[in-house]
Amino acid sequence: MTVADIVFCAIAAMTLVGAFLAVWLKNVFYNALGLILSLFGVAALFIFLDAEFLAVVEVIIYIGAISIAILFAIMLSRPWATQHTHREPAKLSRALISAALLFAGLLGLVRRTAWPQVSSGDLSIQAIGKSLLGTYALPFEAVSIVLLVAIIGALVISSAKESS
Amino acid sequence: MIASSLQSYFVISSALFALGIFGLLLRRNLIAMLIALELVLNSASLNFVAINKFCLPDKSLGQVFVIFIIALAAAEVCIGLSLILWLYRKKETINIEEAKELKG
Repeated sequence: MTVADIVFCAIAAMTLVGAFLAVWLKNVFYNALGLILSLFGVAALFIFLDAEFLAVVEVIIYIGAISIAILFAIMLSRPWATQHTHREPAKLSRALISAALLFAGLLGLVRRTAWPQVSSGDLSIQAIGKSLLGTYALPFEAVSIVLLVAIIGALVISSAKESS
Repeated sequence: MIASSLQSYFVISSALFALGIFGLLLRRNLIAMLIALELVLNSASLNFVAINKFCLPDKSLGQVFVIFIIALAAAEVCIGLSLILWLYRKKETINIEEAKELKG
């Protein structure tokens, strides 16, 4: 094992432990903190995959904006968000079996498929910018309209007057 | 060796996806379900970047797609959180079992 492999295994363990904490713990606040840990791991994996720009975007948008918005929502809906509810064994076993079957199926697919390997190509930020504003300019504009509509929708929903 | 093989990234993203689905099925708190959904979206992004690095001739395609995924996730969280807070103001709870007006 080289140094890169050891670091990779540590980052993978961090990602999966964070994801486990994000779904298992009963306190929603700890769930959000686990999500942040897991997202840091994903950003580090992006660096392993030579996508530095995406790693930075992941940290800024996912950790800096989305996680903080989730934490705000948890704070605003206290104390109900941290209410500890009883966990039924039937529901737990159903969720566990479905997730385990899904994981086993995905692993089988990954093992069985022959992935074609292409190693050459331009991974730079310049290439991303060129395709974002050249080839994929129309989807880019569509996404910006979706974001605008989401902002307006959130404003409308959160300022809606009580009808009763 | 491990860090440069496509399969190891696929195993990690499969585990993230399964954990996210597990959380979606297990939890009844809306914010916790939103957090589990973020894990599912992240596993998809990880898959896109891994395939982009190892399999695609056009190395910017996967990264552009992940940027779109991140933008759509931001929009989804923005709408989702405002709906959750609206539900909380209306019913004083964010448990999804309590939001049953449309149940037949």
